Amino acid sequence: MTQILEPSEPVVAPAPDDRPRAIDSGLPASDRAFHAITRAISIFVLAVTGSIGAFLGYQAIPTLHRYGVRFFTETQWVPARDKIGIAAVLVGTVEVALIALAIAFPLAVLTALYISEYAPPWLKSTLVALVDLMAAVPSVIYGVWGVFILQPNALYLSRWLASYFGWVPIFKVDTDPRAAFWAQSKFTSSAFIAGICVSMMMIPLACAVMLGVFKQAPIGEREGAFALGSTKWGMIRSVVLPFGRGGIIGGTMLGLGRALGETIAVLLIISPAFDIKIKILSNGTQTVSALIAGNFGEATSSQLTALLAAGFMLFLMTIAINTLAAIFVSRSRSGSGTDI
Amino acid sequence: MTTVSLSKAGHETSNQADTELHAAKVADSPPDRQAPAQPGHPAEDPRPTDEPRLLHRKTLDDRAAVWGSMFGALAFVWIVYEHVLQWSGTLGFLVCVWVCFIGLYTAVSLLSHPLPIVKDRIASGVVTSAALLVGFALATTIVSTFWKGWPALHHVNFYVHDMAGVSPGTDPLTKGGVYHAIIGTAIEVAIAVLISLPLGLGTAIFLSEVGGPGTKLVRTVVEAMTALPDILAGLFVYVLLIILLGWERSGLAAAIALSITMTPIIARSAEVVLRVVPSGLREASVALGASRWQTVRRVVLPTARAGLATSLILGIARVAGETAPLLIVSGATTFTNHNPLHQPMNSLPFLVYAGARSGQPLYIARSYGTASLLLFLVLILFITTRLLARNKGSKS
Amino acid sequence: MATLDVVAGDPAVGMSPSAHGGSSLAAQNVSAWFGSNKVLDRVSLTMPPRIVTALIGPSGCGKSTFLRILNRMHESIPSAKLAGEVLLDGQDIYSPGQRLTSTRKRIGMVFQKPNPFPAMSIADNVTAGLKLTGMRVSRAHKADLIERCLSRAGLWTEVKDRLHQPGSALSGGQQQRLCIARSLAVNPDVLLMDEPCSALDPTSTYRIEQTITELAPDVTIVIVTHNMQQAARVSQQCAFFLASQGTPGAIVEAGSTEQIFGNPKDTRTEDYVSGRFG
Repeated sequence: MTQILEPSEPVVAPAPDDRPRAIDSGLPASDRAFHAITRAISIFVLAVTGSIGAFLGYQAIPTLHRYGVRFFTETQWVPARDKIGIAAVLVGTVEVALIALAIAFPLAVLTALYISEYAPPWLKSTLVALVDLMAAVPSVIYGVWGVFILQPNALYLSRWLASYFGWVPIFKVDTDPRAAFWAQSKFTSSAFIAGICVSMMMIPLACAVMLGVFKQAPIGEREGAFALGSTKWGMIRSVVLPFGRGGIIGGTMLGLGRALGETIAVLLIISPAFDIKIKILSNGTQTVSALIAGNFGEATSSQLTALLAAGFMLFLMTIAINTLAAIFVSRSRSGSGTDI
Repeated sequence: MTTVSLSKAGHETSNQADTELHAAKVADSPPDRQAPAQPGHPAEDPRPTDEPRLLHRKTLDDRAAVWGSMFGALAFVWIVYEHVLQWSGTLGFLVCVWVCFIGLYTAVSLLSHPLPIVKDRIASGVVTSAALLVGFALATTIVSTFWKGWPALHHVNFYVHDMAGVSPGTDPLTKGGVYHAIIGTAIEVAIAVLISLPLGLGTAIFLSEVGGPGTKLVRTVVEAMTALPDILAGLFVYVLLIILLGWERSGLAAAIALSITMTPIIARSAEVVLRVVPSGLREASVALGASRWQTVRRVVLPTARAGLATSLILGIARVAGETAPLLIVSGATTFTNHNPLHQPMNSLPFLVYAGARSGQPLYIARSYGTASLLLFLVLILFITTRLLARNKGSKS
Repeated sequence: MATLDVVAGDPAVGMSPSAHGGSSLAAQNVSAWFGSNKVLDRVSLTMPPRIVTALIGPSGCGKSTFLRILNRMHESIPSAKLAGEVLLDGQDIYSPGQRLTSTRKRIGMVFQKPNPFPAMSIADNVTAGLKLTGMRVSRAHKADLIERCLSRAGLWTEVKDRLHQPGSALSGGQQQRLCIARSLAVNPDVLLMDEPCSALDPTSTYRIEQTITELAPDVTIVIVTHNMQQAARVSQQCAFFLASQGTPGAIVEAGSTEQIFGNPKDTRTEDYVSGRFG
């Protein structure tokens, strides 16, 4: 018999539990395998590539052990006498990279401005393709160009700089550049010429990043500048360049990372000289990568680890610069749309 | 009668209103006619025909200022350079012409334009010059490579013979060739692709499609590894495989060194390509009941196909030209070696380097020929990616 | 011609051009194309000084294109073509001898979406036009000018203590008033406004309409607006644009605001202002 409740007190059912419930998105077996395989591949890549860095770093220990802090202060590299140090080599690496930077930075910015702001529309995509092509050309080809085409002509430039600006310490050369028969050999194979060649490899890299950034400068601000009566250059200075600052710096640093690690072009052009000098126009210099390429053959096992340690220094520099570059680009106004 | 007077009156009143509103002289149509004019009404269209005007026209002043300054600078420096200043060299001449050009252009512009316009003109002059300079440098690189390579390139033996028994510095260009280097590069790059493509693509798929713990770490390390100078990849392989493990210098070792450079590059660019695939597509696939794997295999990868192909081709182009690791890891041979596991293998970039270094004109000529081949290969790969991109653009 | 537009000490900078008597702007048979697509057909309109002219009509009938023709912004689009003349005080601004940048100095524009320069402070934004056009002002005059322009735009009291904050740190309505102040700093004869309040809230809209009314005696104002009530509130002259399917835009009727809204001569005008379409 059904019971009829007397309406004495309203019966209130307890409030339903409002906590989130556990949901089982069970993955099918194929997906679990898929996840596992890709994860495994990534871990493998991570392990292998990470171990390279670790391996290189690990070599620093026996090197320091054997050669001590002198490793960083010694300028000579004489394997036969086991007297080695990377002081001059590090300086040379930085010199060549800075020279390349000084040439490539303005050229990359101006070229990117030309392509994004001044080029006629039908030419733009071709020019962008040419920049990519310039980046794709192998460095050995730039190296060959540097030795046979650039160097003979750049000698005159070096000589001119030494003649008229020789009072600036970095442009001094130990010979009389104004003499009728000037010593060409004093100007060849210099950090300066290597720097020009390396800049050819820096420019397309930096230019491509800057192009991507300039394209995104907001059209509302551009029109605002024009509507005030600004010229095109005024608009570029007040809208495009401030907007693209992150990309300009980031792109340049990316190119700098490449310049530091460049081996072949430098190897072909310079003649190895192990002294710390700031006279960039004069013959002879050395960089870490050229050092490694040139000396691995005759290195004893401990010298080999020294080369690895030097390589590790280089690697640290390039990682630091690349990371900074990525930070600059992502923090800037244009960051979200640009991939370095 | 009434109609006429009404319209007349109407016209007169509107005239009064007109004079209040119209300060300057206006052309025919008063805006408050009874019936608005039909555009293109054939019978009576008293309005003037409309032909588009020429805008964006460069005035004579614009053109004359640029070209006049250029010729003036050329003439001036021509006279002054050789005879007055006694300098020499084409490079210096061109620089002087450029400086004079900028100076003249500024002076001419200042005569008749306010400062912002002068600055704008100088800016466009400088920007255009910079772009021309970079373009010129690129052009000389490419042209000089092919030009100087031609003496070696137009012999058939260049492509089908190797250097076994041929002395590169003294034997004429009709003997010997780079067949062994072509084979070497082909084999080494093929092996490198076989290694890097699955590893790189797998990593990219993990980063883009799977995610989860460890993504940040993997991405950071992969990005860091793209910063690895290629010489260090070579040195690593040399020390690890050849010294420590006692391998011999072989094509395989070289390929491994190449793939160390190639894998992070492919991983990074493939990830970018996969990320661009709209997430709406993935959601649609999953909503239909597909598993993640099926989504990736049947929706994401096919959509990204052109972009992935481009990444791969650019990776190949980059790696085919890598010389630094090869210097260390692969040896140099003069004979053709088809076996990547035994004995060193020569390769195109290595040959270019060796020849350029040698100082012997015939060897240098061979080196240029090889460089032309390499450049030609890069150009072909590059054009392929452009065609792929355009195809995709026109299809979608 | 002057080599430098030096206006140091020029009392006219930033002040009302009523001393010059204001400027009239007249469009004569202006037609416009984008590529082969004709968007305006033989539009003629006179915009007299010291009054506000409103361009009204439904969207897509060429009002904004017409406005952009008035300060030569139309031609910045590569496929844009133009016929007819635009006379500023009797002189065709499109004649070959006329410098583009000078024309835009005399005819300013305020856009629909406020676009202050985010990399500059509020004060620098106001004087941005001077910097960009090479007009030099002495330091004492600069502070004076900034205050005057911001006051005329109705923004001075709100920002006078934070002139060095970046221009993007303001609300939408304040940003738009900053853009108005920026346009005023170069002392234009005409100010064009392309739906300046459509992205703003009602309070900001009201404030800007007040500004427009205060500016009208000094600067000829032409405003494009979707909002008929706004047109009725601020303007003394109205032009009604219409483009039917496939035909280019044209002025159906133009006249005083009272007449357009109270006693329109064309049935289409009457339909639009009474809300039967649009």
